[in-house]
Amino acid sequence: MDEILSLSALELRDKIAAREISAVEATQGYLDAIEKTEPQVGAFTQVLAERAQERAGEVDKRLAAGHDAGPLAGVPMAVKDNLATPFGRTTCSSKMLAEFRAPYCATAVEKLEAAGAVILGKTNMDEFAMGSSTETSHHAPTRNPWDTARVPGGSSGGSAAAVAARLCAAALGSDTGGSIRQPAALCGVVGFKPTYGRVSRFGLVAFGSSLDQIGPMTRDVSDCALLTNVISGHDPKDSTSVPAEPPDCLAEIDQPIENLRIGLPAEFFSDALDDEINASIRQAVEVYRSAGARIVEVSLPHSRVDRDADGKLSSYAVACYYIVAMAEASSNLARYDGVHYGHRTAEKTSDIVELYSRSRAEGFGEEVKRRIMLGTYTLSAGYYDAYYNKAMKVRRLIKNDFDAAFESCDVLLCPTTPTTAFALGEKTDDPLTMYMADIYTISVNLAGLPGISIPAGLSKAGLPIGMQIVGPALSESAVLRVARSYEAAGGASRLMPQLLKG
Amino acid sequence: MIETNETVLPVIGLEIHVELATATKMFCRCRNHFGDPPNTNVCPVCIGMPGVLPVMNARAIEYAMKVGLALDCSVSGFTKWDRKGYYYPDLPKNYQISQYDLPLSANGHLDVPLADGSTKTIRVLRAHLEEDAGKNVHDNPAHTGVDLNRAGVPLLEIVSQPDMNSVEEVMTYARAMQRLVRWLGVSEANMQMGHMRFEPNINLHVTSGPETYKTPICEVKNLNSFRALERTVAYEIDRQYAQWKQDPQGYSIDKLAKENRGYDDAKGQTVFQRAKEEAHDYRYFPDPDLVPVVVDDAWCRRVAESIGELPLARRGRYMSAYGLTFKDADALTQDAPTGDLLDAAVTAGADARRCVNLLLGRGAAVANERGCAIAEIGLSATQLTELAKMLDAGQVNATAAGKVFDLMLKTDQAPGRIAEAEGLLAVTDTDQLAAWVDQAIAANPQAVEDVKAGGKKQKRAFGFLMGQIMQASGGSAPPAEVQKLLRDRLG
Repeated sequence: MDEILSLSALELRDKIAAREISAVEATQGYLDAIEKTEPQVGAFTQVLAERAQERAGEVDKRLAAGHDAGPLAGVPMAVKDNLATPFGRTTCSSKMLAEFRAPYCATAVEKLEAAGAVILGKTNMDEFAMGSSTETSHHAPTRNPWDTARVPGGSSGGSAAAVAARLCAAALGSDTGGSIRQPAALCGVVGFKPTYGRVSRFGLVAFGSSLDQIGPMTRDVSDCALLTNVISGHDPKDSTSVPAEPPDCLAEIDQPIENLRIGLPAEFFSDALDDEINASIRQAVEVYRSAGARIVEVSLPHSRVDRDADGKLSSYAVACYYIVAMAEASSNLARYDGVHYGHRTAEKTSDIVELYSRSRAEGFGEEVKRRIMLGTYTLSAGYYDAYYNKAMKVRRLIKNDFDAAFESCDVLLCPTTPTTAFALGEKTDDPLTMYMADIYTISVNLAGLPGISIPAGLSKAGLPIGMQIVGPALSESAVLRVARSYEAAGGASRLMPQLLKG
Repeated sequence: MIETNETVLPVIGLEIHVELATATKMFCRCRNHFGDPPNTNVCPVCIGMPGVLPVMNARAIEYAMKVGLALDCSVSGFTKWDRKGYYYPDLPKNYQISQYDLPLSANGHLDVPLADGSTKTIRVLRAHLEEDAGKNVHDNPAHTGVDLNRAGVPLLEIVSQPDMNSVEEVMTYARAMQRLVRWLGVSEANMQMGHMRFEPNINLHVTSGPETYKTPICEVKNLNSFRALERTVAYEIDRQYAQWKQDPQGYSIDKLAKENRGYDDAKGQTVFQRAKEEAHDYRYFPDPDLVPVVVDDAWCRRVAESIGELPLARRGRYMSAYGLTFKDADALTQDAPTGDLLDAAVTAGADARRCVNLLLGRGAAVANERGCAIAEIGLSATQLTELAKMLDAGQVNATAAGKVFDLMLKTDQAPGRIAEAEGLLAVTDTDQLAAWVDQAIAANPQAVEDVKAGGKKQKRAFGFLMGQIMQASGGSAPPAEVQKLLRDRLG
């Protein structure tokens, strides 16, 4: 394979900075890869080749003039299509926003570009980030580069697949209930959701505002630390962003983890857990033990995962999450009414209510409509206390569990997903089963904590298995260090998907 | 029309919406300004574009705190923002950022003076902040336009308890609130610019014989003038009484839900809009895009200290300390700067009474002509002080002072200099005064005779001679001196 495609973002940056490879060459290398492989993957909603080449040219010029072109100088990247960009469209993979062009830039994307990154295009996703398979996209579904008959996970499935298939050096995704970590696990890449508020949400088209967080998706943990450094920090345009100065995660990444306490939440290792995934994590536990970490068992009672006699999974966290996220979504998506924003019906309508109804009926997909209706219901007079208010209380209990667990450990180690990548169409008729794909990631969003998924090997069927490391609020550096420690000890990294092996 | 065996007690509460005069909007940095071309004061935040986030304007919180503190409310140390959901073209996000269960201010009161000299306490239930909506513009028959200049302007919603029992009480309370927010400098409270809007809710307690009947509560939405408020309340009282009269048992609060009515200005009537069963379900919930507002004691104290003396307190002080009538004290406390002018002059040693006469004489006349406040006519405290002192010292007489006053507004020169330049200084030269007196006596023998003869013509003749002398002096003779001289001459 082409040298450019084989390098990590960090390595590529160094070669570009050393002028061994030009930014234009790097960008062209990836554009060629997209041309060749993208038709089998469908990771992008748009490829913005011309602009990418212009930007790469500017990076080369700055380097030629002896200027520092930034920590991501010339690195070809992709960003999820719910991140507003003043170039191209910002579609959220929805018919509603098929033609939406934002006059502003998401802070995280602005920071990438300021750091010298070259944006190749916008990646596919579940419509408005609602889904766990990228099948609810208004465009086509994205396919998993490990097996194109399978889903890449979601909602950041396009970003995960693009990173795995070497269609970009790294990408940004967004994670509301697992939307970075779950597709990262299913595609065999690294996906990191930082602490809620660590990365500005300005320019991220909202799904569940109290849960949404932007994060990096990369081939290895060091790249993830590099991107985390670039996109973190307070933003005056997002009052929920954390004022604290972010640490230099990359500088601290190789510090030893000796005596660090790794907690295994008992509730995540119940009988409900898939055997192969369990085995992978147990093997990782031994790696950590040999690195000098102490392994402790902790408890997260309100995040317990159960499986009933029929094999159906359940969890308080999932129930709580879907009430909170849908309530917020029903309000966030109210503006797409065909009057101010979004698709407008071509039908003749007799009044404004009919205009609203028809436009929304035509513009939104089934899953989005389902969530808007459920969210509207839970916020309605007479139901608010029973649903939304109750969910807020459960959310507090879930958060308290994490606080208590972090009194006896420094980070948690647990599965990312209940299964490896499932087949396209397998769960589309059963939304509740689909919702369970996020059963191990959702409580981390409810608690607002940083969580990373890193590859932990392959299943017998040759599909990637992810494992999740979760830390207390603002412990990005520790989480990345623990992730890096496993990777450095020979854990799975830079996995090459089947598609590229030919 | 009310029968003698009945008493009718109107029970009225009032919601007042006040647009705050912050430089920028509530959640973005767009200009908060009335009258600009449509959709020129807008940005992605206030038009609710996908992915943008609101950021709170702390100044709006301070303005709202000022009003809360001035109304003797308890100001919450912790308050949050909620989303109020409803679909309307003038509401870009199809939800409005408001405050639902934790308003910034609650449980205050405003004491308003009534015509009979008594004071009525109107309790204030809550005062919360929200963002205003835009405006639908219906100036084209083919379509409705939407102007979002107003979308996101900070709006303070002040909700009273139903403590008012007459049109007079409602109007006095509403005007007092207008005066208060202007006084505090938090709103221009200009009705033409929609800075203040009213929503009264009204019902009647009718006592007939041993029974008391309560009519259903009606809320009248969106009144944008005092006239509309006055007519609405008066109309509703009559309408509800008439309706009750037709069906005393059926037209009852127990049987009919609260209804919303609108005001038809052309007809001077209210019209039914919707019953409560059809009311919106606003689906309030905490806005996750904004952090809660924590008001610590130090902040609250700082704002409280910036408030200073309130209008009703100042009016009381003017009556007791300066001996003013209620009417004069009230006129001087319509806004803060006018009273500030008076207080500054008095502090600088001017006589309060003389200052008040100047302010409410020529001052009020000029202000009235120009349609502005007395403080805005262009008079400085120094000018007012000097002119009052000159009057005291007899350096100018009242007539001359009036002329000097008018000239001061144009030139901003010191009154002494103006009087001198215009020959308006009182003549203190006794020889000159004597000469004018003698001249008048010589020229008007009949008047002199009438004065000397006494009787009923005496007073008029004396006045005539005084007038002749003052005219000869061009108004510069001090009347008291002239009077004394004339009396001496005529014995």
